[in-house]
Amino acid sequence: MTTPEPAGLPAGYALPAPGTNAPLASPAYRSTGGRAPSRPLVPLPPGLHELTGPLFGAGRVRPGDDDLTRGPGGEAVGQRIVVAGRVTDADGRPVPDTLIEIWQANASGRYCHERDRWPGALDPNFTGAGRTVTDAEGCYRFLTVKPGAYPWGNHTNAWRPAHIHVSLFGRSFSQRLVTQMYFPDDPLFFQDPILGAIPDPAARQRLVSAYDHGLTEAEWALGFRWDIVLRGPLAVPFEPPGEDGHV
Amino acid sequence: MSDLEQPDHAQPDLAHHRPPVMTSGAAFGVSPSQTVGPFLHLALADPAEALVVPVGTAGGFWVRGTVTDGNGDPVADAVVETWQTATGDADVPAGFVGFGRCPTDDEGRWAIHTVKPGPVPAAGRRWAAPHLAVSVFARGLLDRVVTRIYFADEAAATATDPVLAELVEPARRPTLVATATEDGYHFAVRLQGEDETVFFAL
Ligand SMILES: [Fe+2]
Repeated sequence: MTTPEPAGLPAGYALPAPGTNAPLASPAYRSTGGRAPSRPLVPLPPGLHELTGPLFGAGRVRPGDDDLTRGPGGEAVGQRIVVAGRVTDADGRPVPDTLIEIWQANASGRYCHERDRWPGALDPNFTGAGRTVTDAEGCYRFLTVKPGAYPWGNHTNAWRPAHIHVSLFGRSFSQRLVTQMYFPDDPLFFQDPILGAIPDPAARQRLVSAYDHGLTEAEWALGFRWDIVLRGPLAVPFEPPGEDGHV
Repeated sequence: MSDLEQPDHAQPDLAHHRPPVMTSGAAFGVSPSQTVGPFLHLALADPAEALVVPVGTAGGFWVRGTVTDGNGDPVADAVVETWQTATGDADVPAGFVGFGRCPTDDEGRWAIHTVKPGPVPAAGRRWAAPHLAVSVFARGLLDRVVTRIYFADEAAATATDPVLAELVEPARRPTLVATATEDGYHFAVRLQGEDETVFFAL
C-alpha cells in the first residue's frame, strides 16, 4: 500500500479481572447451549475502530426520556424509584457525556413486548424504556418504578430477580457494555443462572444496587444507587515500543 | 424514538481515548456484562439506527445478514451493531453516523446501510483492510461477541490485513468476509458450530 504509515495508536483497554465476566458457555443458563461460540476467541490487537466509538451525547436524548413513570394516560403503577449513580472507568475516571439506555418489566414483572406472554398485568402507562446521558462528572439519574420479578422457562419454577437492563457506550467500542442492575437482598438470586454465571461473587455484587436514603425523595420516591465501572486504559502498551518509543 | 436527530459528533475521535496511565492495575472492578435478553427491542431497535448513511448517499450500500445458532436456526432476538470510520477520501458523507444498529427479525435477518471505510489504522503502525467493527448481542449470550466485516472485493488489502491474514487461520477467514450481492453485501453471523464465525477477544 502506498499510503504513508499511520500514526501509532493507544495501547487499548485492560481486560476485566478474571472471574468478572461469565463464560459464554454457562450450562445453567440453558440458552447459552446453542448460542455460545465453541471455538476459542481470537485475541485482537485493537485498531482505530476498537479504540474509538460513537460519542452519543445529548442529541440522542429528549427531555423526559429519563422519566419512565409518565405514561400517555397518567402515572405508571408501582413503587416509584430513583436509580442514580456514577459511571467511571476502572481507574476511577468519570465517563462524561455517555448515552445510557435502559429497559425493564413493569411493576407486575411484565414487559411491554409482544413476545412476553406470561399472565402478569400490563400497565398502559408503562412502556419500560428510557435513556439519559451522563453529566460532566459521569453521573446519571432515572425515575422509574421498581420492576417485578418474572417467571421464565429455564428450570422448574424459575424466576428472574427484579432487574433493569442497561446499555452503555462509554468512550470507545472497547468500553461498550450491556448488563443488568439488580436490587439489594433479592431472595431470588440463589436460583438465577444469569447473575449466578458471573464467577467472582464480588463482581456479581457490583451489579446489585444499594438502597440510598440520600437519594430517596420525601413523599415521592425511594432511592437506589448503582455505580457502573467500564474498562480502563491499559497500563502497558499492547505491543513493544518501536525504535522511536511510540506506543 | 425514530425521529431523534442524528448525533452531531459521532466521528471517531482518538482525542477522547485517554492516554495510558502507569498504574499497577485497575483501582475499581469492572461491571460484568449480562445478556440483553429477549426484549431488547424495547430500547435497542430504533429503525433509524440501521442507517449509518442516509439511503441515496453516493457509495452507500446495504450489508444484509443473518444470525444463526448452533443448529443453523435463526436467532430472532439478537441485535447487531457496527462501528466504522468514513471512506478513505477526505469527504465524510453528509449524515454519516459511523454507528449502525439493527435487531434481527423472526428469520434472524438484519440489515445496515453504510459506506465502505478506507484503510483503517491498526496496531503497530500498520494499515488494516477496510472493515466494520461488529458487536452481536443476543438472548443466550452473556457477553457480546465481537467480530469484523471485511469485503470480498478488497482481496488485495485483505490478503495483507494484520488481523485477517495473520491471526486468523486460513480455513476460517471466509467467515469474516462479506460477499457481494445486488444491493451491497451479505454477511452471516454463525454463533456456533460448523463454519462458526470468528469472534475476537478484545
Ligand atoms: Fe429481563
